[in-house]
Amino acid sequence: MSTPIPFLPAHEIARQVRSGELSARQVTEAVLEHIARVDGIPGQLGGDPQAEPDKVHAFITLTAKRALTQAETVDARIAAGEDPGPLAGVPFTVKDIFTVEGTPSTAASRMLANFIAPYTATPVERLENAGAVMLGKVNLDEYTFGSSSESSAFQPSPRNPWNLDRVPGGSSGGSTAAVAAGEGALSLGTDTAGSIRQPAAFCGVVGVKPTYGRVSRYGLIAFGSSLDVPGPVARNVTDAALMLQVMAGADPHDSTAVTLPVPDYLSGLEKGVRGLRIGLSPDYFRITYPDPQDGSLREEALPEAIRTAVLKAAEALAAQGAEIVEDVPMPHTRYGIPAYFVISRVEAASNLHRFDGVKYGYRTSQPVADLREMYRKSRGEGFGVQPKLRILMGMYVSAAQYSEQYYNRALRIRTLIRRDFERVFDPAGAYRLDALLTPTTPTTAFPMQDVYGDSVLMQYADQLTVPANHAGIPGLSLPGGLDAEGLPLGIQLLGPDFSESTLFRIGRAYEKATAEEAWRATTPKIVHG
Amino acid sequence: MQEEITPELFEHLVELAALELTPEEGEYLRAQLNKQLQAVHELQAIPLEEGIPPASHGVSYTPESSPPPREDAWKPYPNVEALLSQVPETEEGYIVVPDIPHEALS
Repeated sequence: MSTPIPFLPAHEIARQVRSGELSARQVTEAVLEHIARVDGIPGQLGGDPQAEPDKVHAFITLTAKRALTQAETVDARIAAGEDPGPLAGVPFTVKDIFTVEGTPSTAASRMLANFIAPYTATPVERLENAGAVMLGKVNLDEYTFGSSSESSAFQPSPRNPWNLDRVPGGSSGGSTAAVAAGEGALSLGTDTAGSIRQPAAFCGVVGVKPTYGRVSRYGLIAFGSSLDVPGPVARNVTDAALMLQVMAGADPHDSTAVTLPVPDYLSGLEKGVRGLRIGLSPDYFRITYPDPQDGSLREEALPEAIRTAVLKAAEALAAQGAEIVEDVPMPHTRYGIPAYFVISRVEAASNLHRFDGVKYGYRTSQPVADLREMYRKSRGEGFGVQPKLRILMGMYVSAAQYSEQYYNRALRIRTLIRRDFERVFDPAGAYRLDALLTPTTPTTAFPMQDVYGDSVLMQYADQLTVPANHAGIPGLSLPGGLDAEGLPLGIQLLGPDFSESTLFRIGRAYEKATAEEAWRATTPKIVHG
Repeated sequence: MQEEITPELFEHLVELAALELTPEEGEYLRAQLNKQLQAVHELQAIPLEEGIPPASHGVSYTPESSPPPREDAWKPYPNVEALLSQVPETEEGYIVVPDIPHEALS
């Protein structure tokens, strides 16, 4: 039986559209029909979190008409003999933290619920210029603040297509749920502490956190400006590489987007892993977190299924000729979350000060005596509790009398986290690694409402992903099997600055080595229903 | 255990943050702040040698990777009406806000 259109790989859709076997319009219509079947009502302000528990709810705004118009443009270009671009007709979704001109760009917050973006984010513009067709904006944690997507002001929040009682992860949970459920072949997410890789692991899809600066942040509503990176969500490594190829590169609108040339991510994809040195670190096989009851630090080994998935991946890569280096010390891994609690909050508080009810977004309708009261009421009513929590924490740890103890100390610990990576990736060092192979997450997808509300425990879902954000290095999360409950397991590759090509190459070798395994043929429940 | 963020300090932070909270929100947020700070205290135990500099970025910028400064040029937005239509309150093209608190200088 041939693969239905909503589950075709992006590179296959582009090939068929470019060659005329399929039209972009046909693809768009097929995927829109599929969305109508599986997604249910979109998230909305004041919506019931429990509504339609048998649907995915990835979307906030479906832009069907816009998508069909775009598809027709692609078809017209092909009919005119023009090059429609490398992503011709590929349907994709955008995390609603990016601006897209003329569409609501909400950040999943009441604060921006009525905001229609006046310009389009660079990564979105590049995808559209490459012929990709945007289906709409997908849900997330409010302002990306969370790891389950449940803190969205637009309810119901997304559910995990593999088990609809579980969270899809977050904050790019709408992106990963959509891609897993066949609602678009690709999605554009963002990763500040693991917000692409963690939900990718929970939803059994591929998620890429590019090197900081590799992809422009122009049009990304900022959270932690030194940590945020836009990146691809896809169902396979080739599609992720193709998507990054289109998005990456310098941008006159973002001075943090680096001017280094973008390598050809596709040409080396099938080269295999012979001769590559891949490390395993014991520091990524345990987590340290504060006990939810008494706050004392607890150290725990990861669940056996997660550990086994990573070790099996190492064996598979070794069988392909990679050299596996064990016992690689990454001693500062456990400090990633405490340092992040400080650094990201300071940056968030600073970025969120622009939302004041003056020029755009939410303004209180209550009578106010003066401007300051208008700020307080607008922000009090417009922000949910997660943004408020981050603003308050940021104000505290950066205050003059506390910043030496907190903010400056956290930034110095960030240096130590970075040095852990520099030491093991150093080509002249003792380890000389091309990549580290780790689990992506300490658990599989947790039940809805299980963790939400405990902001500390929720943050520790990112313990194995956040070090890459502190260090700026690239990371790739790959589906690595299913556990006994049928939930996806994620494995992660981390590499030196700008080593995305190598990570894709290893990821592709792993895909090929495991292509015949039974779990690869398993699809999320919702797809059958 | 002594709480780091006391109710008084919390009120001060809420003021600095330009927020207004319901009593329930205030209670939840203050408890979460104290909980997060407990986690942050793990950092105090790390020995930090003198010479370790703060990192404001993970990846360092080099002359090869840094874009040149942008030209300081004024670029008008083509659709001013669309921008102004986003403003909560306008009057004849001006953005209207409530009274700005001020003290008269004698």
